[in-house]
Amino acid sequence: MTTQDSYASATDTTEGRVYSVTGGDWDSLVTEIGQTKEERVVVNMGPQHPSTHGVLRLVLELEGETITEARAGIGYLHTGIEKNTEYRTWTQGVTFVTRMDYLAPIFNETAYCLGVEKLLGITNDIPERASEIRVLMMELNRISSHMVALGTGALELGALSPMIFAFREREKVLDVFEMVSGLRMNMAYVRPGGVAQDLPKGAVAKIRETVKELRHNFKDNEKLLVGNTIWMMRTKGIGYLDLAGCTTLGITGPVLRSAGMPWDLRKTDPYCGYENYEFDVITTDTCDVYGRFLIRMQELEQSLRIIEQACDKLDKSEGQPVMVADKKIAWPSQLSVGSDGMGNSLEHIREIMGTSMESLIHHFKLVTEGFRVPAGQVYAAVESPRGETGVHLVSDGGTRPYRVHFREPSFNNLQATSAMAEGGMIADVIGAVASIDPVMGGVDR
Amino acid sequence: MSENTGMFGASGSGDTSGFGGLVRSAANFGSSERPYGSYFDEVADELERAYPEFSDAIEKVIVDRGELTLHVKRERLFETAKKLRDTQSLRFEVCLGVNGVHYPEDKNRELHAVYPLLSMTHNRRIRLEVSVPDSDPHIPSLVEVWAGNNWHERETWDMFGIIFDGHPGLTRILMPDDWPGHPQRKDYPLGGIPIEYKGATVPAPSERRSYR
Repeated sequence: MTTQDSYASATDTTEGRVYSVTGGDWDSLVTEIGQTKEERVVVNMGPQHPSTHGVLRLVLELEGETITEARAGIGYLHTGIEKNTEYRTWTQGVTFVTRMDYLAPIFNETAYCLGVEKLLGITNDIPERASEIRVLMMELNRISSHMVALGTGALELGALSPMIFAFREREKVLDVFEMVSGLRMNMAYVRPGGVAQDLPKGAVAKIRETVKELRHNFKDNEKLLVGNTIWMMRTKGIGYLDLAGCTTLGITGPVLRSAGMPWDLRKTDPYCGYENYEFDVITTDTCDVYGRFLIRMQELEQSLRIIEQACDKLDKSEGQPVMVADKKIAWPSQLSVGSDGMGNSLEHIREIMGTSMESLIHHFKLVTEGFRVPAGQVYAAVESPRGETGVHLVSDGGTRPYRVHFREPSFNNLQATSAMAEGGMIADVIGAVASIDPVMGGVDR
Repeated sequence: MSENTGMFGASGSGDTSGFGGLVRSAANFGSSERPYGSYFDEVADELERAYPEFSDAIEKVIVDRGELTLHVKRERLFETAKKLRDTQSLRFEVCLGVNGVHYPEDKNRELHAVYPLLSMTHNRRIRLEVSVPDSDPHIPSLVEVWAGNNWHERETWDMFGIIFDGHPGLTRILMPDDWPGHPQRKDYPLGGIPIEYKGATVPAPSERRSYR
């Protein structure tokens, strides 16, 4: 027996009565939906969003949860540092550039100073001890920067504990920075011609102690994340960018190395004596977020190796100068860390104020006027935690830079967001951006 | 670049140095002579071989401080870039962006664009430089050759007002969209206000006594 019901007609079968629920002409409705233009949802992620790494704005065009187009909006942290340096002396420039990529200040300083030294033609006159300290500080900085990359990256994907572990280790590194330079960030420690001051007494011993602790403690995060199923599901195959993509976009650093390219300026174009250190360039061939994560994890150990070697070298070079011998370039006073941070050493003050008029004049001239840098342009680059930090310096022969331009790896690499995110899920864009590890201070400068 | 007269130190005060009559013109780099040294000769040779219009495209070659700079005519920039990227023996597969420099005194060549190139294959670096007049600030875009130049060209447009023809979307990138002017140019003021500190007034950075 069949009843007539326009919404649920029933038919008697051998299994019993079966109702066919229709309720409308679904077929035509489905075809209609297929024909209309797809519904686009545009989502603004940021600039104020906890997982956009500072003030990054992502404009995402979505179809359901799939990203069809991703664009990054930047410029919210533009501070005009490059322009400002044109109004300061070459030495003061260090204080500015250290604030660009604020997670890797030593790298900005070193790149800038290598450029100034190249312009001055004193690259080969930099004392070995100064280069050793630079290497030591850079590798410590690489650890503190990678710690933020790993910690916040995990946090953004929902893992809280790795962040706590990572920041615990980062604090240890920052303590070393404070001991050496008086400041935990933005130290302006590396100066044209060398470094601002020698390591304080007991610093090498403390660093050795710290290395031991770090090596032990890094295992915490390793145990938590490496091979962790949930972590791998969130990161494997996500944010894919192969070697061709990296090359055409000019990507360097861990992202390039995750595509299997062993490109590291410390090996390919050594500076600061990196050719005298033993370490490995870590690569993976997965091209994804997990690969980049593994690279950063293993680079920590490589940095520790370099730090240990630097400590050995520093033991041997104890007492040697840390600034070029040329008194027309070298900052007159050795600074010292006092109870209220870094300042002029009392010994130096005594000399210029009490003993030597000539020293006072020399100090005054060099500090207020600065030194002249022969006209020309150079490009100098270092391998920062994010890739190639390059600096293009132009001098017109004066006491101030004519133009300072930073080729920031964060700025360049952030362009890969679209390539990594489009076609993926909205939740994965977070992982992709975290794996680029952009620092907006560097991106916007 | 520029010409300086008088003392090299402070200006605006009496001349007590006896060097007031000095005239110093900043170094104007002429073209470097062969051999360039290092791998630069090889790069130049290979480019000449691969690119018959080389002599027309390259205005001058400068080797300074161990770096090679090729000054390229803007009409030939795109071709030169392609050759540099695609020729097997050159293979500059990475462009590290573009950077503008403003030389107001360099008449009819006020705006320079500088491209640092990197060859990972051969581990070499060179630099391309293009100069254009301020009145006609057009340079062909290289985004087609190196996609990574996209943002760098936008930044150079933003900061210097160099228009990159053929760029897929040449909009401001660091400054707000409606910002007037191009901040990194030399005729754009730094800004800033005097700061009072402990009774004394510190002038804005651009107003302070400067030394050449």
